[in-house]
Amino acid sequence: MDSLQSYLFISIVMFCLGLYGVMTRRNGVAILMGIELILNSANLNFVAFNRFGGLGEHLPGHVFALFVIVMAASEAAVMLAIIINLYKNFQTVNVDEAHEMSG
Amino acid sequence: MDIRSTFALLILFLPLASFVLQIFFGRRLGPKGVWISVAALFATLILAASMLATVVLGTPMDHHPEVEWFSIGDFSITLGFQLDNLAVTMLVIVALISSLVHLYSVEYLRGDVRYTRYFGYLGLFTFSMNGIVLAHSLIMMYMFWELVGLSSYLLIGHWFEKDSAASAGKKAFLTNRVGDIGMFIGIMLFWSVTGTFTFHGLYELVDVDGANLFAGQMGLLSLAGGLVFVGAMGKSAQFPLHIWLPDAMEGPTPVSALIHAATMVAAGVYLTVRLFPILTPAALLFVATIGAITAVLGALIAITQVDIKRVLAYSTISQLGYMVMAVGLGAQQAAFFHLATHAMFKGLLFLCAGSVIHALHHALKQRNDHETDAQDMRNMGGLRSKMPITWITMVIGALAISGVPLFSGFLSKDAILAGTLAFAGENSAWWAVLFPIAGFGAAAITAFYMFRLIFMTFHGKPADAAVHAHVHESPPAMTGPLVLLAALSFALFFTLPQVNPLNSEGWLTEALPQVENLTGHADLGVEHLEHGWHEAHDTAVNLSLTVAGGGILLAVLVYLLSLINAAAIARQFRRVGLYQLSFYKFYFDEIYDALIYRPFLWLTEVVAWLDWNFWDQWFIDGLGRNTVRGGNASGWLDYVWLDQYLVDGIGRLTQRIGATGRKLQSGRVQNYLMWALAGGMIVFFVASQL
Repeated sequence: MDSLQSYLFISIVMFCLGLYGVMTRRNGVAILMGIELILNSANLNFVAFNRFGGLGEHLPGHVFALFVIVMAASEAAVMLAIIINLYKNFQTVNVDEAHEMSG
Repeated sequence: MDIRSTFALLILFLPLASFVLQIFFGRRLGPKGVWISVAALFATLILAASMLATVVLGTPMDHHPEVEWFSIGDFSITLGFQLDNLAVTMLVIVALISSLVHLYSVEYLRGDVRYTRYFGYLGLFTFSMNGIVLAHSLIMMYMFWELVGLSSYLLIGHWFEKDSAASAGKKAFLTNRVGDIGMFIGIMLFWSVTGTFTFHGLYELVDVDGANLFAGQMGLLSLAGGLVFVGAMGKSAQFPLHIWLPDAMEGPTPVSALIHAATMVAAGVYLTVRLFPILTPAALLFVATIGAITAVLGALIAITQVDIKRVLAYSTISQLGYMVMAVGLGAQQAAFFHLATHAMFKGLLFLCAGSVIHALHHALKQRNDHETDAQDMRNMGGLRSKMPITWITMVIGALAISGVPLFSGFLSKDAILAGTLAFAGENSAWWAVLFPIAGFGAAAITAFYMFRLIFMTFHGKPADAAVHAHVHESPPAMTGPLVLLAALSFALFFTLPQVNPLNSEGWLTEALPQVENLTGHADLGVEHLEHGWHEAHDTAVNLSLTVAGGGILLAVLVYLLSLINAAAIARQFRRVGLYQLSFYKFYFDEIYDALIYRPFLWLTEVVAWLDWNFWDQWFIDGLGRNTVRGGNASGWLDYVWLDQYLVDGIGRLTQRIGATGRKLQSGRVQNYLMWALAGGMIVFFVASQL
């Protein structure tokens, strides 16, 4: 089972689970968790393509994954700050309740 | 500058200066100021007379200075003088009558409301008349011709408060305009045939070999001559344009004497005499026919008129017809001779009539009678004892016009009658004899009505003894000119140095010899015609003496001795309608009224109706209405279609798009995400397809 397809398959499942979470969850934190899943599925893709892409000694996929992890961390920080502000203003963390800008 | 040109310029412009002075400063100068005008006119008389003196003393005048007025390409119009014996003689006549009339008017119009203006207009008239006389070309003559018409209009309408005077002025002006249009066309035709407007240019062409030069264009030349003569018909009151002259008697009597007897109406004859060398036989025959008709017609009407001035007016028409007939028959010298003598005795007769009217008017005014017509001869009678100078001078005038020997009219009339006899003798056509018949017939009638006038005015019983008692002889400023003109009505003054009361030869015939015509006259050489005159002379003398004597005798019998009852004869003639024909002036005014005036009015009404209903209401207003309609339609289009539909429609569309589009912005993050996902998927899909 040590093949690219199996990794991609896992990655797709993770992406779809994450997307589903983002789309369906009302809770901001849960949406953040979904986003993390999506990012990690991307990371898995990077690493998998680096492993099976014939790049040999070079490791751009890994480096890319590391950057994504850093970005995800900072994103989580910003996101949590937003959610806290959201809660402060609306007394809820459900994003669908904050629709004052709706047309 | 040549001394002759200087004299001519002075003669021309002194009267104009008088006009300017009286019009602009007359009020400031006051009534005394008119003596300046009188002096100016006598100055022109002296200048003109000195020029005539040189001619009579044996230096023929033939001088035609000219300056360019303007030019079009190679062709230039010049202004200048035609100073020949004819012009100089005519200048003296004009200056003499005009200065005497000025002098006479000082007294006659004393106290008039527009006293100084009247003298201004007299000056303007004299200026224009001198212009006609001096003009060296047809164009220049036409200009002064119109000016004469204008000043005549102004003077006839001097008392324009009277409706009759105002409309008489208009009638004179308009009737003259009819002739002037013909004249203008004639001038253009002359130019197109001969290529020159100047008289000396025309004369030179004729001298060279006129008959052959214009051989192919005789028809056109005849037409040109006839049309220019139409202008002369207007000014000289020839049938059928004579209707204005009797009405022009509404003007002050000195004006009638100056303009409507001696000078302006002679302008037509002067023009015809001027153009005589270039008139074709056909044109001359036309001229002669018109003249003959006018001579008889005027005389016939004069018999029954009761207004003293109207009798003289019709007499003038008749005498002008004489002159015109004479030119037409080739007796151009006799015509001008008659013009000269007629100017003296007709001026005299008019001034005498003015004197009578003046006296009677004042007598009536003293009696506070404003109803009685001071010009009606039936209101006169027996004035001989009261106004001896007027009486004797007027009798001299009447004798002169009737053609009694020793008087000037005898010579000139005799020359014309000899001309008609000669023409009839040389011309075998049956109608040629009509001219002497017309001439002698008119002469007989002239003698009759002139003495009718004398007897009705000065003899018999006064119509109103009370008025008669108040009549006085006129002051010296008025009788002076009468005496002078009466003296000039003697034959002697026209025949010096010859003294023969039966022969017209003298300085005048010497200075103005018979001239060659384009073709000789009616295919007869002038020598031939002159020969005919000499033969006809004795016959003419005898016949004219007979007819003049007969006319005077009849007048004596009817009006002086009352041996024949005038009323009974009038009744006889009335029975057959001849009396009315004469009394109502052959119904010319009525005929013109029916044939021209009323159709014209009708036409104007039709045109006015068309103009109002069709043009104004239908077309112009229709344009307006349609513009309003078009405006409404375009306004509706603009508002409904452009504004409401297109402009507002775009607005509405934008609103609707906005209303729809805003629903996309739900405020739900997941929704946006879904759209983003869908967009991403579409991008992927499209990219995968490429």
